[in-house]
Amino acid sequence: MQQPGGHAKRVVPSQFLVLICLLLGGICLILGGCADGVLDPKGPVGAAERLLFLDAFWIMMMIVVPVILATLGVAWWFRASNTKARYLPDWAYSGRVEFVVWAIPVLMIMFLGGITWISSHDLDPARPLPGETKPLEVQVVSLDWKWLFIYPEQGVASVNQLIVPANVPVHFSLTSASVMNAFFIPQLGTMIYTMNGMETQLNLKADEPGVFHGLSTNISGDGFSGMAFEVRAVPVSEFDGWIASVRRSSGPVLDSQGYGRLAQQSENVQPFTYSTVQPQLFNAVVTQVLPPGPGPDVEKLNATVSPRTRR
Amino acid sequence: MLGKLSWDAIPFDQPIPMLTSVVVAVVILGVLFWVWRRGYTPYLWSEWITSVDHKRIGVMYCVLALVMLIRGFADAIMMRAQQALAFHSEGYLPPEHYNQIFSAHGTIMIFFVAMPFVIGLMNFVVPLQLGVRDVAFPTLNSVSFWLTATGVLLVNISLVVGEFSRTGWLAYPPLSELKYSPGVGVDYYLWSLEIAGVGTLTGGINLATTILKMRAPGMSYLRMPVFCWTSLAANLMIVAVFPVLTATLGMLLLDRYLGFHFFTNEAGGNVMMYVNLIWIWGHPEVYILILPAFGVFSEVVSTFSHKPLFGYRSMVAATMAICILSLLVWLHHFFTMGAGGDVNAVFGIASMIISVPTGVKLFNWLFTMYGGRVRFEVPMLWSIGFMITFTIGGMTGVLFAIPPADFLIHNSLFLIAHFHNVIIGGVLFGVFAGYTYWFPKAFGFTLDERLGKAAFWCWFFGFYLAFMPLYAVGLLGMTRRMQHYDVAAWRPWLLLAMVGAVLIMCGIGFQVAQLVVSIRTRDQRIDVMGDPWDGRSLEWATPSPPPAFNFAVLPNVEGEEAYWGIKQRAIETQQMVAEPDYHAIEMPRNSPTGFVTAFFATVTGFSLIWHIWWLVVLGLVGAFATFVVFAWRDVHEYEISAAEVAKVDRARRQARLAVLPTLKAPT
Repeated sequence: MQQPGGHAKRVVPSQFLVLICLLLGGICLILGGCADGVLDPKGPVGAAERLLFLDAFWIMMMIVVPVILATLGVAWWFRASNTKARYLPDWAYSGRVEFVVWAIPVLMIMFLGGITWISSHDLDPARPLPGETKPLEVQVVSLDWKWLFIYPEQGVASVNQLIVPANVPVHFSLTSASVMNAFFIPQLGTMIYTMNGMETQLNLKADEPGVFHGLSTNISGDGFSGMAFEVRAVPVSEFDGWIASVRRSSGPVLDSQGYGRLAQQSENVQPFTYSTVQPQLFNAVVTQVLPPGPGPDVEKLNATVSPRTRR
Repeated sequence: MLGKLSWDAIPFDQPIPMLTSVVVAVVILGVLFWVWRRGYTPYLWSEWITSVDHKRIGVMYCVLALVMLIRGFADAIMMRAQQALAFHSEGYLPPEHYNQIFSAHGTIMIFFVAMPFVIGLMNFVVPLQLGVRDVAFPTLNSVSFWLTATGVLLVNISLVVGEFSRTGWLAYPPLSELKYSPGVGVDYYLWSLEIAGVGTLTGGINLATTILKMRAPGMSYLRMPVFCWTSLAANLMIVAVFPVLTATLGMLLLDRYLGFHFFTNEAGGNVMMYVNLIWIWGHPEVYILILPAFGVFSEVVSTFSHKPLFGYRSMVAATMAICILSLLVWLHHFFTMGAGGDVNAVFGIASMIISVPTGVKLFNWLFTMYGGRVRFEVPMLWSIGFMITFTIGGMTGVLFAIPPADFLIHNSLFLIAHFHNVIIGGVLFGVFAGYTYWFPKAFGFTLDERLGKAAFWCWFFGFYLAFMPLYAVGLLGMTRRMQHYDVAAWRPWLLLAMVGAVLIMCGIGFQVAQLVVSIRTRDQRIDVMGDPWDGRSLEWATPSPPPAFNFAVLPNVEGEEAYWGIKQRAIETQQMVAEPDYHAIEMPRNSPTGFVTAFFATVTGFSLIWHIWWLVVLGLVGAFATFVVFAWRDVHEYEISAAEVAKVDRARRQARLAVLPTLKAPT
């Protein structure tokens, strides 16, 4: 049997304390240094979610930090070599203590549960944002492996580049041409999945002009990492100018054939625009009138064993 | 003749899998040669491979888990290296390879590290703690283990023959459907989990039956050690949800092999059904892993605080509450699929409620230490490290239970950090505590303490260094499974995480060294008495290692902490209970059924993956024939004579009598 105590009493808590300092420092660094992330929102949805996230975080820290310190304190004080600590060899039940240890988490969860109920409804992605301005409609299709953004009211579309007017709510309808993806602009908030044959809804707004990073957040195959897209929130006048220039441009036409070509697998696609979009194209994708994307080319070598996109 | 199998299946153009497989092949052949050369083959066959002893099977589960931990970690450090390099570049792993690595990492770490480690500890400890001689169905136990080994083998064969799945550890369709994943990777994933899943289910039935039906006289439910309670909860959950996994993956197999349309885009397939079903299994699964770990901590904290567990009944209630609640919260894995406010809020609140019994458990461990005499030995270090780490992981978990907060961090590296926080800080720390704690019981000598401490500190700080940066980069909007990225702000955090992974590697190195050093110096660290930590439950009443029959006479349990009571009475009276009458004991005979079944299961699985239909038939017939042979056996038990039993037990009594005068009652 090994002797209790020994050098452990000196070494152990100091190493744990080093960790606590590192952790506190880390939290400050993380929360302070998170520019451009979800903690640096540029729209009302992201801002509300950030507030919720941080509130819940700090409320729980009020329990977490004391619990960690108490764990270390109790373990340290009641170390076997401390003769001053009272030894209670049979103390294994206390109604009062039990009541408190059940009550603390119950109270906390009642409080957080209330917040959850309210915020789940307020921040439901399908819920229109408050305000008088009529939202801009954008239809989003995730393809292998790029994003298609259709502006149905303007009759144009773009790939891997989303231009929206600042300070105007945007209503997204989303679907997928093939496999699941998730649409996410960290600085605007709320991600949502895209699924073939289904349509999801999302409402976002950018409060000010700016350039944001967008990406897919659900693995969709070999080209998944290249599904980043640039989001530009621009003044309304500039947005109208952009629409007009896209319409005038000699960009391709997005009709059934054009969509069929786009649905072929491709990686790291550079942004481009479609000068015209066939009406109801999005609905044709959702209802599978336009068939789901073809997937990998089965004519290639090794297609049914270990297919590779680049060979 | 060979279906899809041809030389094209071997990735000759890729140095990493080729080199790895050569090294692994050399190591395996070297070990086999060494075993053969030293003449260990008969010993290995009769004492381990065909053994139906729950202790041997438990040890083999843990060995399997430790070996696979190294494989899974190799995947991990390759991913960290890729993400450290792949800023504005392709890194060193192309996507089709990188995607296989993260899929294999998740699959292996959950199914073939955490599960076998936890099941191995339960297998080893539960019958001993219950005061019985074996599990309810000993041969089935061996079948369970070897089917798990089949799953392991198939996953590892995929390294060099064909490919592994590239669709993540849960293989969401339609990506995992034939149309979008025409390769054999998903088939490897599916068949290895189907076969290993059968093993897990039968293992769960076995242990649940053991706990419900086979306790020592006087061992009522409320006298069982908490580890038995958490094992009961975990095994009931296995029985409840593993059939769901098998059926779900089975439907995907029907889609891929026979042109069904359960989860396809076309013909009325519904991917949401897969996502719901897989998480109806998947969420309870994490509690199947963590509950036995909670049991380990309960045993360890109480033993090393020299006190009974505080609030035993609270602990039992909390365990069973978690067992039931965990079945009701699966939807929180996909709040971001647009379910709407009501559904999201209900599942969010249900998920938070689980943190109540979990929080109670943490407080109870804290109060177990209160008023104790805490010894900071290695199992206790893992436990305190767990209490700190898990508190943080639990807190970030509650953040995910608030749907609108989840909308920001779902699938991000914040999520990766969270579940590694609870699975490393909870499950892995737990099994490492249990491994150190019960090692002397299994092998009769303790593990080296200095190297054990070094391993703990490396793992502990390595964990924080590897995963706290992932929390940060998750808040910066980085999602999981990225093969390359263009955001400069992410990179420093990923480099830091890489350093953490290296520190964890040192921890694993110290663990390997600890095992080697301990084996080489075992003569100096023999556990003569069988109770090296001053334990409280019945496993410490047996010699180390325990004889095949565990207890010469089944103990008569007269209260909670059965062994502690016996020990205190012996110390008080300075004598042991009177020597009982020894009788011959019948024990189940060894059987190669498990090994042979698993051999045929491997053949079947492999040939299903490669569409070698004649071999499938051959494998199935072989597996069935094995069962028939087993069912027709004439003799299924052997007798250990009363004289042999008496000899073993008198040696045990003598060892204990020798130290009795040196033991003191706690004051």
